[in-house]
Amino acid sequence: MTDPREERLTTLLASVPYMRFLGMKAELAGDEMTAILPFSPHLVGNVTLPALHGGVLGAFLEMTALCQLAVREPLRRQPRTIDVTIEYLRPGRALTTYARADVRKVGRRIANVHVEAWQEARASPVAALRGHFMLSLAE
Amino acid sequence: MSDVSPTLQELGARMVQGTPQAAALGLRLVSAAPGVASMAVPYRADLVGDPDTGVLAGGVITSLLDHACGLAVSSLAFASGASGGMATLDLRIDYMRPAEPGREVIALARCYKITQSIGFVRASAFEDDEDNPVATAQAAFALGRAPAPA
Repeated sequence: MTDPREERLTTLLASVPYMRFLGMKAELAGDEMTAILPFSPHLVGNVTLPALHGGVLGAFLEMTALCQLAVREPLRRQPRTIDVTIEYLRPGRALTTYARADVRKVGRRIANVHVEAWQEARASPVAALRGHFMLSLAE
Repeated sequence: MSDVSPTLQELGARMVQGTPQAAALGLRLVSAAPGVASMAVPYRADLVGDPDTGVLAGGVITSLLDHACGLAVSSLAFASGASGGMATLDLRIDYMRPAEPGREVIALARCYKITQSIGFVRASAFEDDEDNPVATAQAAFALGRAPAPA
């Protein structure tokens, strides 16, 4: 039988057009999810370096948070992003980027999620996000 | 004529057409003046974040705001004769409401302070009324220095 978490994740990745636009994927090991953003030329923001667009990195982190929230529990609707703070730590190079999200708190309606993205070494993150998301929990 | 000043026209065009991600999103330069930049992202089915509502993904608004903020900073750096690249340090976005499906979203960014090394920017995203924003943003950019001659 398919793990319902895996099923929710697969459904989300396949159904959100923008996640397909980015080309993002995700792998699940138990409840631990790693989001994966393979490098693609259309994600570049600086052709000279070249480096990933800052908006793309921020978007990937936000999408990772949404994926993690979907993995965590069934939701009636997609969570709505309330706010995000993105910190850029290193240029995102023309490489595959990975991200993991940590759901720090889930209240009655609002979740606080921290996400970190890295490329070659997890200890050298390229960007981090902290955000709040409005949840619509399934009955 | 558009309200893009000729000296900034090139910079703006380069930011929009010469950036692969901006081209992929279909960003359009609305206006550029020293310290103020406006860009728009079209509504497109492949940029939707919630298939149930048809609303554009937050990430699209993030890229739009980041890009407009970047142009606002670089237009000011450009006007003061500085050169070199620049990098986003941080970007905070508050999402007030979902963008209306079917409509393009415009970002307006103002660089309200620039120092030797940092540009501070505020921006908002809206369909047609700046006072009814989809999202607002606050960002800081690190300014690159032109490399010293060898």
